[in-house]
Order: sequence, then structure tokens, then C-alpha cells
Amino acid sequence: MTGAPSRPGSAAEVAEAVGGAERIVPRGGGTKPALWSVEGAYVLDLSALSGITEYLPSEYTVTALAGTPLADVDARLAAKGQYLPFDPLLVEAGSTVGGAVAAGANGPGRLRYGGLRDFLLAVTFVDGRGEIVRGGAKVVKNAAGFDLPKLMVGSLGRLGVLTECTFKVFPHPESCATLRVAGMALDEAIEAAGRVGAGAVEIECLDLAHGLAGWDLEIRIGGRSFALDARLKRAADLLDTDVSTLSDDADARHWRARREFGWASTAASVLKLPLTPATAGALEQVLADLDASQVARVYSAGIQQAFVAWPAERVADLPALDRALSEAKLTALALRAPAEAANQPILGHRTGGELLRRVEQALDPAGRFGRL
Amino acid sequence: MATTDAADFLDALTQRLGPERVLTGAAPMAAYESDALTAFRARPRAVVLVDSAEEVVDVVRLCAAANVPFLARGSGTSLSGGSLPVHDGVVIAMNRLNRILEVDPVRRTAVVEPGVVNLAVSDAAEAYGLYYSPDPSSQSVCTIGGNLAFNSGGAHCLKYGMTSNHVLGLKVVLPDGEVIEIGSDSLESVGPDLVGLFVGSEGLFGIATKITLRLLPKPETYFTLLAAYDSLAAAGEAVAAVVASGLLPGAMEIMDNLAIEAAEAAVGAGYPLDAEGLLIVELEGEKQQVAAESELLLEVVRRSKPYLEHIASDPDDRMRIWKGRKSAFSAVGRLSPDYIVQDGVVPRSRLGEALTKIQHLGEEHRIRVANVFHAGDGNLHPLILFDGRVEGELERAEELAGEILRLCIDLGGSITGEHGVGMEKRQYLGEMFGEADLDAMRRIRMAIDPGELANRGKMFPDAEAPALLSHAPHPLEAAGIISRE
Repeated sequence: MTGAPSRPGSAAEVAEAVGGAERIVPRGGGTKPALWSVEGAYVLDLSALSGITEYLPSEYTVTALAGTPLADVDARLAAKGQYLPFDPLLVEAGSTVGGAVAAGANGPGRLRYGGLRDFLLAVTFVDGRGEIVRGGAKVVKNAAGFDLPKLMVGSLGRLGVLTECTFKVFPHPESCATLRVAGMALDEAIEAAGRVGAGAVEIECLDLAHGLAGWDLEIRIGGRSFALDARLKRAADLLDTDVSTLSDDADARHWRARREFGWASTAASVLKLPLTPATAGALEQVLADLDASQVARVYSAGIQQAFVAWPAERVADLPALDRALSEAKLTALALRAPAEAANQPILGHRTGGELLRRVEQALDPAGRFGRL
Repeated sequence: MATTDAADFLDALTQRLGPERVLTGAAPMAAYESDALTAFRARPRAVVLVDSAEEVVDVVRLCAAANVPFLARGSGTSLSGGSLPVHDGVVIAMNRLNRILEVDPVRRTAVVEPGVVNLAVSDAAEAYGLYYSPDPSSQSVCTIGGNLAFNSGGAHCLKYGMTSNHVLGLKVVLPDGEVIEIGSDSLESVGPDLVGLFVGSEGLFGIATKITLRLLPKPETYFTLLAAYDSLAAAGEAVAAVVASGLLPGAMEIMDNLAIEAAEAAVGAGYPLDAEGLLIVELEGEKQQVAAESELLLEVVRRSKPYLEHIASDPDDRMRIWKGRKSAFSAVGRLSPDYIVQDGVVPRSRLGEALTKIQHLGEEHRIRVANVFHAGDGNLHPLILFDGRVEGELERAEELAGEILRLCIDLGGSITGEHGVGMEKRQYLGEMFGEADLDAMRRIRMAIDPGELANRGKMFPDAEAPALLSHAPHPLEAAGIISRE
């Protein structure tokens, strides 16, 4: 391709770049290399398309260009006591607004109010024909037209290049603290998680982290400071075992490390798998069958998703993992993976193929973004 | 279609379903000619009463083979004309597909057929301390399939979202009869959110035959506050103050004087009749949290100087407050032989401006407008009152309705918050979106349904329109069974 800007600074320049490319993949902060390390594709760097274009605290809405670092958005919201309730990942690592939406990656805090799909109100993107398309509306409630914002969540840059996103935001809980039970058996931890989840106490995060001594159950509670202690006690009573508590900075640091994948080796591939408490066992079986029961992993957001750190020295076994996941009807998204494994970031079981093919045909008839 | 082909098509339907479940006569089909947007009426070719998902698939395949347009219909409560028959097409009546297949208290999901009534899901989940959150005012009759097609909302959407935020997985018949599954039991997914695309597609992508819904734990307690103001603007400012305080109520609703008067006459909710603006704010959740939040809420609301406040004293009192609100529209309808409900959204901070302008527009058009709205999310429901028997009133009311929609677009909002575009607002979709935006949506539609068989004529501006008749109340509405929100 010739003459197209390598670092577009506007939607029009993105459109120009897409229109002139044979095969093109967008890249934001570069924190999820498995999504843009595509062989033979031109990597469109969106880092210049950056800035918060509108923040209306009283509307609970924020609009930012796709290349805006989430850290910038977080800071602006925090100054007004608000936050992105889907709890984005890899914020400090440099993840951007567009990258988060395209990956559809939510953090542990998505448990409380919902994920990206629930908080993305409007998008502007460049489709595979180089057209600038808007979908949704910059208000918290809207039912007009097809829900293109939701379609873009998890689209991995294969249906369009996002240029601007509007999110619904919420007030941040006044204070948070975390209850922790260490060294549980997985069954026991899942059972305890269910007990607390079914109780009246509203939970921000509920994760099970695999450690050397078994599984650590971590339950984060947030809200008005005045009521927090009573609520922590109420949840702890349901656990009926030794509980430690993380408060203030220790609590914040703990969850930040979780979102930044601080628990995974930097060389490891990191996979996200949607599941439920009922299917966690199936993933455990897959890992055991592949002799990988010791890999670092977390069952996150009320055991609705797993993050698995697949060791660098076992990259050659990723195809075997792919097959085993398919058989177990589990799906994984490689967020971080070495280049040789990145051409197909989705592993395992797939659904909706026929519908997806038709949507791809509509938005990217020439296959410039590649097919999923 | 030639006459013989048409006869063959009906024969094939009859062969598959039996004659008693294929309605073709004018009398048996009459109930299906319109929905809650009674301004429109269209005669279908046939109405089929399906009993199973397999029958839905077979009917869709027969339609596709014969190139006959079709749509699925639940209880016909669409306020945007979404379930209006396609002229000469087939109406697939889904009400018999009303089984709740599974309620799983551990996963907190319910798997249902599309003909299940919204409230029946919460009823089935109640034993486990769970409920289904979206609560359209017609929830005692409207079906999950219809809610899904139009991404229905309700009074409690601010915190936990609309239908779309509560649908996890779907089994779908595409318009050519291909059957696919999308989503799963999990709140999380990988790849483009096809469930999200399907929900709210107004029946244009086919028919869902099996739906996995997310259930929420029932709030342990509620704190419901009623505050009366001597101006609508003051009530609006109170909402802004609540938002600024960092509280996140489950619902925030406002009614104007005309709506208060009508609701009071209809159900005796105990609303103050002299209020110009009535605010309902509800906190929900666990006891300790709600107790802490309610102190702050009272402090904030008191600063907005309501001349009267009332805290719901018990669950019955709370239900009475909500009954007044939920019956407001059908109640206002008693003041007028005909009415149009609008559903525009404006940024919350511009509610006051929008209401003042709507009032002026009403005066200009010599039409009364009552207002009930979801103040928490800026979703207006102006009710335009007119008498269709008076020459020119219908036209003036329609004109006013259009200007209100344009006002919402101008203020940076949307033409619909929860009723959908349907038949009613097609011509305004092109004012809200640009040509490239509409083109992308049309391309998706054409890629999924090249023959435009599924709910043809809805949502897109260029489709042919049926005759406009009147704006009389829906029969269920007249009977007090459903209400408009």
C-alpha cells in the first residue's frame, strides 16, 4: 500500500488506510499481541487516534477515541468518583479503549454490573469497505437500529477498525475490601463461592486463584464505607472458616495485579475462557489430560471466565489444547500468545459460524481483516 | 406468486400443521391484524399456530422456499408496530411455545421458549430467590420472544440494563431456515457478540426458538421514596442531584400533573393531586447497604425542597406506588379517545429543556401532552392526546410526534429507548443515523436475509407503509390488562 498514513490521526485517515490495504489488522496499545500478530497483515497503529472527546459525569457517559489509553480514561473518571464497571484488563500495561472492546476482555469486577457488552453505548468504526460507520447512541438507553456496538465487542478487529467508543459509566463504590480464604480444594471453593453468591451480600469480585497450596477464594465487597464492616462480616459468616481481610491499598493492589496478569509469567501465553461453575471441572480435566494441572490460572468474575497462563515452554502443545477444548465444548481466546500461535486467536469450540460468515460478508466483503 | 403456487403453499402449511392450526379466514385472523400500535392494520395471508421449535423451522423453510414473507408474533403488545403482519405474509403465532425448560439456581439461568410470558420467568425463579430483571409495563402478558426482538426495557433499566443485558444464549432459525446456536450459559463470550446483535434486531434476522436468560438474586430490601414538587423542573433537578451524589438507584421516575391526576383517578395510588412534578426514587439491594444509602438519598432529595415526601412503609405501600406509575399511561388514555405514546431519549441533563420544548410544541399544535418518564436514563414517554374523530387532530398529533422525535435527535439522544423502531418510527431512523450507518445495517440485513422475508418493511425507512387508521387503545389496554410505558 502506498501513501496511506501509517499512524492515522482521524477516522478518515483510518478509512484511507483500510481502503488501500489488502490485509490489515488494527493495533492499539499492543498489550494483546495474539490479536494483531497476524502473518502477512499490515498492522495499523492506532496510538495517534487518542483523546477523550466527551465526558459527561452527570450523564454517566464517556466518549474516547479508540487509541486512548484506558489509564487516561480511568484517571478522568476517578477524579469524579466514577469508573468503568466492566473492569478493563491490562490498563497499566497500556491497553486502549478500542483494544479492550475488540478483545471483549473484562476484568474480575464485571461480576457486579456486567461486561463491555453491557456498558458500550455507541461506536464509530471503519468497515472493510473503508466506510465510516456509526452505531448506537451516546445516551444510556437506546433501541434504535441494529446493535452494532455489541457486535463490535469481541470482534477482534475482524469486522471493523474502531475509531471511537462511548461507554456508560457508574459511580465507584466509596470503599472496598476483600475476604480471602487460602488453600481450599477446588470443589470446596466452588461450593463456598456458590453459598456466598446466593446470599444477600452484593459482591464486586469473586475469584478463585490457583496457588501452591490449593485454591484461594477471594471475595471483594464494595459500597458505602459506613456499612462495609457489617457486610464483610455477613459474608464471612457464610464462609464459616478462617478468613483474612485485605483493606484499602492492599485491596486495591491485589485486584490491580489480577487485572494486569501479575500472576502469570511474562513469557506465558494468557488465554481467556468463558465458562460457568458447572463447567470449570471440564477445564480442569482438559488441563489434567494434557499434564498441565500446575499451570497458573484463575477462575474469575464469579467463575464465569477462566484466565490460564500457558507456559512458554509448552507452546508446541497449543494445538493439542485447541483440540482438547473443542472436545470439551470449551472456547478460549488467546490474549497473549507467541507469533506462531497467533494467526488464529480463538481456540476450541465455536458457535454461530453461519451467522458470523454472513456478517463478515456484509461488513468486509473482500476479507481485508481476515476471517475469524 | 401465481394462484396455484399460493394454493400449494397453503396446502403445504396445512399438511405440516393440520387445518386447525392454519388460520386463513378474515374472522379468525382479525385479532392478528394489528398490535398495540393500533394505527396500523394489515391482512396476512395466513396465521399459523406453532407448537414446537421444529414446526417454526419447517414453517420458515416453507416460507423461504415459496418466497413468502413472515414474522413471529407473541402477545402483540408492540408499541412500535413491530408485530404488525406483513401484507400477504405469514404470521407465526408463538404463544404455544411457552415452556420454561429449565431454571438453574447455581448458574442463575433460565432456559425458556419464546412464547413464555415475561413475568412467568420471575415467578418460576422465585423459589430460588431469583428474578428476571427487565420489567416492561406489559410484563404480565408480553412474551420473552417479543422482548428479545425489540430489546424491551422497563422502569428498572438504569442499574441492570435492558433485555439485551440479560440474554446469554440463543437457538435461532435464520430467515432461510438454517438453525444456529449462539452464546452460551456463561456471562462471558469469545468472538463478536452475535447474541448482542440478534437482540433488538426486530425480527429481521429470524426467530429465536430457545432462549437462555440470566437471572438475578432478588434484592433483599427496597427503599422507595415519593417526592412531590411544585414544578416539573424541580423534580428534574432532584434527579440530577441524586446522580451527582454518587448513588445508583434501581429506578428514578417522574410524572407530570396530568399523569398524576389520571393515575390517581384510576388506581388511587395516594399521589398528591396538586403536584406539578412527582418523583419516585427506589434503592434496592442488601439491608445494610440500602440503609446507608437511604440516609444519603433523603439528605440529597430534601435539599431539592420537595413540598411533600413519602417513604413506602411496607411492601404493599411500595406496590401501590408502582401500580400508580405503571398504570399511568392507560389511565391518561381515559382522558382522551386517542393517543400516541412516544419513546425518545435525551441526555439526562437536558430533560428539563426537552420537557419545556415538548410543552411549547403541544401548545403550538393545540394538542395536550402528558408526561411520564424514566428520568434516570433520560427516556421520555410523552403521551400525545387527541380525538381522531375531530378533523385534522390525528394529523396534528402525528406532526407533533414527529417534532418530538426530531427534538430528541437534536438534543443528542435517540428516537427510541425501549419500544423499537418497528413500523412507527421508520422514517426517523434516517434522521438519527447517516447514510453510511444505515447502509451498513442494510448490508447486514441483506447478507442474513437476501429475500427480506423476515419481518419485511420494519425498521428501515424506505419500506412500503400500510394504511394509517387511528390511534385507538389496544383492546387489552382498554380492558386494563396491559398498559403503555
